[in-house]
Amino acid sequence: MALNRKIAYIDLSTGKIEIKPIPLELRKKFIGGRGLDAYLLYNHTKQGCDPLGPDNTLMVSGGVLCATLASATSRCHVMAKSPLGGLLGSANMGGFFTPELAWAGFHHLVIKGKADKPVYLWIKNGKIEIRDAKNLWGKTVTDTQWAIREELGDDDIKSLVIGPAGENLVRYANVMTGIKNSGGRTGMGAVMGSKNLKAIAARGTMDIKIAYPKEALEYNKRFIDQITSAKVNQTQGTLGTPFIWGATNSWGGVRTRNFQYNQMLYCDEIEPESIDENCTKTIGPYHMTGCFGCQVHCRAKYKIPTGPYAGIYDEGPEYTSQGAFCSEPDIPSLENLLVANHLVNQWGVDNLEIGSLISWAMELYELGILTNKETDGLELKFGSSEALLEMIERICFRKGWLGNVLAEGGIIAAEKIGKNSFDYLIQVKGVSNLHSDERATPALALNIATASRGSDHLRSRPAIDLYHLPQEVLRKIYSSPVPYDGPLSSEHTEYIGKPWQVFWHENCYMAVDCLGICKYHTTFLGATLPNFEDWSRVLYYNTGLEMTPREIWDAAVRANMLERLFNLREGLTRYDLKKGDMLNHRYFDEPCRRGALDVIGKVIDREKFEKMIDEFYEYKGLDKNGVPKPETLKNLGLDNEPSHLL
Amino acid sequence: MKGEKSMEPMGKVLTINPERCTGCRLCEQVCSVFHDGVSNPARSRIKIVKWESEGIYVPMSCQQCQDAPCMIVCPVKAISRDESLNRVMVNHNICIGCRSCVTVCPFGAMGFNVIDRKNFKCDLCDGDPQCVRFCEIKAVDYVDADQVAIAKKRAAAEKITAAQRQAIALASESH
Repeated sequence: MALNRKIAYIDLSTGKIEIKPIPLELRKKFIGGRGLDAYLLYNHTKQGCDPLGPDNTLMVSGGVLCATLASATSRCHVMAKSPLGGLLGSANMGGFFTPELAWAGFHHLVIKGKADKPVYLWIKNGKIEIRDAKNLWGKTVTDTQWAIREELGDDDIKSLVIGPAGENLVRYANVMTGIKNSGGRTGMGAVMGSKNLKAIAARGTMDIKIAYPKEALEYNKRFIDQITSAKVNQTQGTLGTPFIWGATNSWGGVRTRNFQYNQMLYCDEIEPESIDENCTKTIGPYHMTGCFGCQVHCRAKYKIPTGPYAGIYDEGPEYTSQGAFCSEPDIPSLENLLVANHLVNQWGVDNLEIGSLISWAMELYELGILTNKETDGLELKFGSSEALLEMIERICFRKGWLGNVLAEGGIIAAEKIGKNSFDYLIQVKGVSNLHSDERATPALALNIATASRGSDHLRSRPAIDLYHLPQEVLRKIYSSPVPYDGPLSSEHTEYIGKPWQVFWHENCYMAVDCLGICKYHTTFLGATLPNFEDWSRVLYYNTGLEMTPREIWDAAVRANMLERLFNLREGLTRYDLKKGDMLNHRYFDEPCRRGALDVIGKVIDREKFEKMIDEFYEYKGLDKNGVPKPETLKNLGLDNEPSHLL
Repeated sequence: MKGEKSMEPMGKVLTINPERCTGCRLCEQVCSVFHDGVSNPARSRIKIVKWESEGIYVPMSCQQCQDAPCMIVCPVKAISRDESLNRVMVNHNICIGCRSCVTVCPFGAMGFNVIDRKNFKCDLCDGDPQCVRFCEIKAVDYVDADQVAIAKKRAAAEKITAAQRQAIALASESH
């Protein structure tokens, strides 16, 4: 049974390992995955602890549906206090690791302390061993995984690892599995590195009994048909996420030259079709691959076609790489994109964060805030692939003054660089923004300003807001499983109704992360995809756990509130530019210079934006300062947290 | 005419197109749920063999051989061909669990379940293979046996005609 998967507490300082069952009561309250991780984080970290010190606690988990028949149930979640923003650290990845963890008997790992030398965890069929990682330290992401398989003599082992960036405590280092699946935001790889934990290897052959196998099979078939019949997923399955970058750039929603422009020009070489053409040439007509059990298969396989890295195999690039390595630094080169993508995959660093920070540094160099003295003579100019690739290496290996400073993340780097460098840093809560430019889309601006892990598109973005869906479609989506009769607008430049949409998506995405399924299988990019109603059924058929759509919604609201409580405990205040629900001044002051007619000239209206935040706080049950009202906590059953039940 | 033979259709077979496989392993999962009611690829009759660093994935399953080595090696004649569904079946009432079949199978398609202490292999889900039903990309497919070769013939012929057209085009260019 999925519900009898265990939780393991591993103290790397003492070597003590404790294994416990997960009480049903907590399942019903937080479901699993990210929701239960939020509970564990709030209960197992001391206020104000050093994110890179032994007191920080790292959670690793699969969702409650992990490895069951619910389509794409492989999502792995990692959580800790973030070394990047000092608030919630949280990242999510696909691949094949958590199913293996579940077949080995576990859903949750809680890792404390710090090993005195590099180690890795070896988890097999209910047993956990701490092993010497001397021979793994220094290895790249993929070499580490292959070396573990060789050492333990089993090719079916799946591992969660860090690369050199995690070892070097780059504050936005990834936790990774497979060729490119990355828990890439908020520096969870640096937390692993700080604990001297190089990898977690899992292998399992333990049955997960499906509660109602026949129904689960049939419902999964229906689920898959629904998912694969959506045009957006068919496009994902052909071009991968680059299609989103292409579509967004065409109307002017992609930040270019850090934040100077909102559209990249003359970029045929890195359009999704060009990337796809290279995949066809170097791999063949069938060049898409997928995560465990997923029929969307949105990940491309490629070989680098030209240059010093020609012939090297990798996977991706995702649209984050197009943004971070092409539009933000304004480098319209396919080779540059594929090489940069390969380097970050091998060294294990967040593509989005590193590209964004390098582009910021390029703007500072253009303005004279950074000079050849700080760059050790490197011409850090927009458009220079050489400068971008050099900086990626300097950051991952902390070489030179600037490499070392940028490895600390934007907030610390801005303090060290000084002058008015912070004004140009495009971040929220210390976390760099995606390449998307939200000045023409207030709903998306509200999403990045209020996302729990800092600026982020995967925590509450109502991406379907861009489709101008008819009122009745919006009404149908947004008034279930809880009623909503307030206004809704089909217009993406509007401010009306958006706070509810952001609130709804915040809970939808939390539910997905608790269940452990992928966001491409819900109302993220496709308006017709499954959500609460369907989850209630797949949950029952697969695990036997009975939860109504409303109960799943409530659990998501509760888990989101716990993340909020954690952030408040670590110093979140509403208007703080470094730790609050606030955007960089450029969103309000610099109009969009390019793009479609309804985009050009747009800025975010400060007054309307703050009204949206007020309304959003109301839906969440927060006061004007963003702090939960006492009755909110009581209604959610959170008035006694931390409750230390697990 | 008496004495003349006809090439009757042989029924359906499971075909594998490795180049299409995305490596998602849903086939392994549905196989174990369908047969055993549990999610556990160790129980699956089909397995995706991977070379991850090159992005190569190959689904491996029983070929339902005509002269099946497992059938020949079985000392108690527990393995036989079921011609109605074109498959090789194990009779577990006769099987003594000696695992000779596991050893001899050239494809590694005969498994041994250490929990139930029985061998297991693909039974084509009695004519509705679940791996095929769930594989949208058709890396595994269930087709009429005579169609397998026809599709391959056509693909090869296309390559030949493309080469011919190219040769003609080149020849006309030079004039």
